[in-house]
Amino acid sequence: MYAFDFERPTTIADAVKALSAEDAQALSGGQTLIPTLKQRLASPSRLVSLTAIPELKGICVADDGALCIGAATSHADVAAEATAYPALAALAGQIGDPAVRNRGTIGGSLANNDPSACYPAAALGSGATIVTDRRKIAADDYFQGMFETALDEGEIITEVRFPVPEKAAYIKFEQPASRFALVGVFVAKYAGGVRVAVTGASEDGVFRWAEAEAALSSDFSAGAIDGLSVGADGMIGDLHGTPEYRAHLVKVLTARAVAAAG
Amino acid sequence: MTKVSMTVNGKPVSGEVEGRTLLVQFLREGQGLTGTHVGCDTSQCGACVVHVDGKAVKSCTIFAAEAEGAEVTTIEGMANPDGSLSTIQQAFQDHHGLQCGFCTPGMVMSAAALLAENPKPTEAEIRDYLEGNICRCTGYHNIVKAILAASGQDVAVAAE
Amino acid sequence: MPKDHGIGASQKRREDVRFLTGRGRYTDDINLPGQAHACFVRSQVAHGRLNGVDTAAAAAMPGVIRVFTGADFEGVGGLPCGWQVTDRHGQPMQEPGHPVLAQGKVRHVGDPIAVVVAETFEQARDAAEMVDVDITELDPVIDMKAALADGAPKVHDDLSSNLCYDWGFVEDNRAAVDEAIRNAHHVTTLELVNNRLVPNAMEPRVAVGDYNFATDDSTLYTTSQNPHVIRLLMGAFVLGIPEHKLRVVAPDVGGGFGSKIFHYAEEAFCTFAAKQLRRPVKWTCQRSESFITDAHGRDHVTKIELALDKEGHFQAIRTETYANMGAYLSTFAPSVPTWLHGTLMAGNYKTPLIYVNVKAVFTNTVPVDAYRGAGRPEATFQLERVIDKAAREMGIDPVEIRRRNFITEFPYATPVAVEYDTGDYHATLDKLLEIADVAGFDKRRAESAKRGKLRGLGLNCYIEACGIAPSQLVGQLGARAGLYESATVRVNATGGLVVMTGSHSHGQGHETSFAQVVADMIGIDENMVEIVHGDTANTPMGMGTYGSRSLAVGGSAMVRATEKIIAKAKKIAAHLMEASPDDIELKDGRFSVAGTDKSVAWGDVTLAAYVPHNYPLEEIEPGLEETAFYDPSNFTYPAGAYACEVEVDPDTGKVTICSFAAADDFGNIVNPMIVDGQVHGGLGQGIGQALLEGAAYDESGQLLTGSYMDYAMPRAGDLPSFTIDHSCQTPCTHNPLGVKGCGEAGAIGSPPAVVNAVVDALQRAGHSNVTHIDMPLTPSRVWAAMQG
Repeated sequence: MYAFDFERPTTIADAVKALSAEDAQALSGGQTLIPTLKQRLASPSRLVSLTAIPELKGICVADDGALCIGAATSHADVAAEATAYPALAALAGQIGDPAVRNRGTIGGSLANNDPSACYPAAALGSGATIVTDRRKIAADDYFQGMFETALDEGEIITEVRFPVPEKAAYIKFEQPASRFALVGVFVAKYAGGVRVAVTGASEDGVFRWAEAEAALSSDFSAGAIDGLSVGADGMIGDLHGTPEYRAHLVKVLTARAVAAAG
Repeated sequence: MTKVSMTVNGKPVSGEVEGRTLLVQFLREGQGLTGTHVGCDTSQCGACVVHVDGKAVKSCTIFAAEAEGAEVTTIEGMANPDGSLSTIQQAFQDHHGLQCGFCTPGMVMSAAALLAENPKPTEAEIRDYLEGNICRCTGYHNIVKAILAASGQDVAVAAE
Repeated sequence: MPKDHGIGASQKRREDVRFLTGRGRYTDDINLPGQAHACFVRSQVAHGRLNGVDTAAAAAMPGVIRVFTGADFEGVGGLPCGWQVTDRHGQPMQEPGHPVLAQGKVRHVGDPIAVVVAETFEQARDAAEMVDVDITELDPVIDMKAALADGAPKVHDDLSSNLCYDWGFVEDNRAAVDEAIRNAHHVTTLELVNNRLVPNAMEPRVAVGDYNFATDDSTLYTTSQNPHVIRLLMGAFVLGIPEHKLRVVAPDVGGGFGSKIFHYAEEAFCTFAAKQLRRPVKWTCQRSESFITDAHGRDHVTKIELALDKEGHFQAIRTETYANMGAYLSTFAPSVPTWLHGTLMAGNYKTPLIYVNVKAVFTNTVPVDAYRGAGRPEATFQLERVIDKAAREMGIDPVEIRRRNFITEFPYATPVAVEYDTGDYHATLDKLLEIADVAGFDKRRAESAKRGKLRGLGLNCYIEACGIAPSQLVGQLGARAGLYESATVRVNATGGLVVMTGSHSHGQGHETSFAQVVADMIGIDENMVEIVHGDTANTPMGMGTYGSRSLAVGGSAMVRATEKIIAKAKKIAAHLMEASPDDIELKDGRFSVAGTDKSVAWGDVTLAAYVPHNYPLEEIEPGLEETAFYDPSNFTYPAGAYACEVEVDPDTGKVTICSFAAADDFGNIVNPMIVDGQVHGGLGQGIGQALLEGAAYDESGQLLTGSYMDYAMPRAGDLPSFTIDHSCQTPCTHNPLGVKGCGEAGAIGSPPAVVNAVVDALQRAGHSNVTHIDMPLTPSRVWAAMQG
């Protein structure tokens, strides 16, 4: 790792201030950032840890019924405590491994927006709201391609608000080495319609499968997508799977997610 | 350099660290606790697992400064107070749950975390929990058996 | 009733307490006063002309002590190759130089170019980024067949081509094999790849060099399976240090699997630099660095043809293999595709005619050498796959076709130059069918089908040549070393023993099992026996641990030395009891005079040996310490039968191992618990090869699987609990323990069972065109196969 200054503020305000320095970088659970630093693929002048800020942690249900998760809440805590949204808790419980889940955070995952990460599928599939130190961003506006988000320099996610659906499920098909999603599909049925979000598959990062959403909104059954297919164009191709394979998995896993949602 | 203080295996310790000093470096190089190992640089092998405030974490993927004020337990702190092997350690020996010993500290720490959360895990739950601990020697068979045994369950998971 | 002590007892391992309490002492745990740290600057391109290395900026960085380049190693020897293969035409293989640091060219991603030595590792790494390397990139050769094409870029400019050797075995059989295949009733042909693997011992390699200028002694602490071999190779061929001035210590070593046999540049560098700088120099490999520096394994591309008569009797086998050597010849690389592979092509079967052709090829990739099994997995895989395919083509049951061809009379001389001393292949196959409940397969398959899964059953046999190796034989085959083993048994005055063995233990549990053998021979408590290994300063010359040789060869040396101890002790006992040595019996740690009630305890005799007041000094020397060297007269031949059941998800191609059963014949067994563990571990690696692991390069020579993010290591959830048995025992006929070795069996025998099972599942599901899928059988590959 390159050398850097390390700061561990205890309030959001102090964190924002610390991040205003040139080449400052926020550090949440660090489960992706620290390996990246070890490879010297990033060279921040200052790391600002967000894990000592109490107001960034915790899970609650808002008056409108939305599940609100503090950005620095660990995957393990979401898995254990997000009982109001079982599909989300189940998703959190499948990220990485137990030790990673004890450190990794929802805010860190969403800020990084790895194209194979799980949380982006949940956020987009739930139509979540990403709350930052300065504004609220709808999930549909937030994800802007691989590792790209709507966040500005120095902007900190403080909370993520998930409208709780009637039914939902996430099915993850693991890449055998990294155990990230080779493809993961999050399906959520709301009164206003069904949302289907896919991670791992596309070169553009997490995306919504509009045709499946339409079909499932009129008939929420695995068979409803029988006639649909996903094109291989724009799908990721690597030694773990061709674009065609990933496209195929999107459909298989969507059907399984619908079946699992019940 | 900044000063960091924490409790390691029940003993208060402190030392000067850089921002980039990882907890595992603080433990191995600063405290001479070389039982915690580094087997990869992508946070996957789990040879470095320790407990921080009671939770299993990869000590190669947390900065020493982040453990300020924390209670840290390493493999060196796992034996009984009289120095005898703890139940989990003893089960690993009894069931040949280790060979070269390099992944073993992380395995024991993960096993302890699992049994604290889930005192009677099934074989499938054990295998799932060990997702982040790679062993190249044992094929995991006897590690799983050792953890089952440590939980007080029947270890007849497979023919001898 | 299981034994509770001595040979045959499942003694708990004495090693475990230190490992379970964090008190192991691995090389990276060693930090010497005044130690400096090394960081290697490595080639980031696969092939290039090295025009120059500018170290000025790096040398000026904080904490930097010195920057070394290839120029510092002019006049220093290169890394030697320990085996010279002779080709089909009687010519020696092409043998390129292997400099410690690159000179003139770089030949693979990871090839070391320069080294920064600094006060801390981070300083060394910071400065390494400032080393300015001027390289003109050259077209690389990655694919083996492309490397042999006319006009292909040459990895080594001074060689005539990228062909290391073209080996024929047995060359005199070639015409007869061709004839038999031409005239056969049926010929089954299979083309396959034995995938390149990265060994991935969990402990990355580490080297710490130290030098005492006052005495001119050099010491190297290193992660090695064979410290004496490193001392010999590095001392004699690289650095020119005589053995009495060079000590090599391999303390606790965190697994090897072959990858820590070889002498690596980093070991030579740290030893060299410590002397130059008069400071200890330490290098700790990062995992991502180990992927591009540790010797890889396997990487064969093979076409095999099996000729059968109409009853399915094997008539002839012909194979053609391209074997990747990588960019340089690693220590034992040339022997792997030849003598460790060709000699096993008979398998467990009476095939009268066999011809093996191997073309070893240089490519711009990491060197390839022995990895758990080394050559024997490659032989077993192609043979057991082609037999399965032949059985299907001819409509013969896969069990039946094997039984029809089994060797049943021993000793049996194969047409590929080895003589099996003993075995019972029907017995292990019978045992396998029982423990795998093969009879219940159809019911289980129906149950899987109800869940929408395709179940398949695959089985195979295997044989391996272990207990490596008879020195004169391997010398004729090109080995530049003897492959004996040694042991010194030192009995102390109060009766305790220290056994110093050349066999290194890095997970195999020698400290426990070796003590069981010696204690059993004398009839004393195992805690009276201490096993010492891993330090050239206090153990006799040893060839190390690999090839499932430790107990068969190292254990035999220890037995011979202990026999010498007992013979001498009997003379002392005879003197004490005023009897003839011929009448002395040793049982349960007491010497007695046959036919009398006279006896003395073991401790009385050992005390007399060191306090020789009443002692036959005119006949024998005082003291009780003996050394023996043991050179085996043959290989040992463990064999067995393995079965795998899988479920394939037809929608995703994902393969799940439902069960895996192994029935092995290892001859006699010293510690059944340890043997079980060795089999489990081998199975884990073999199943890993079959389903998960595979090193892949892109066309430019970049390793695509350069970390655990892309190289899939088997996790606990990928493997089942295993069903294993080693009750079928035909003891080895030519070593004193009757043991055969068990370390590699699982890795050798399991890959074909897995692939046979997946092909079986798909065939049963109507995918009749799927006769083979190359490993690793990833979901995407299996799915693609099902798409036709």
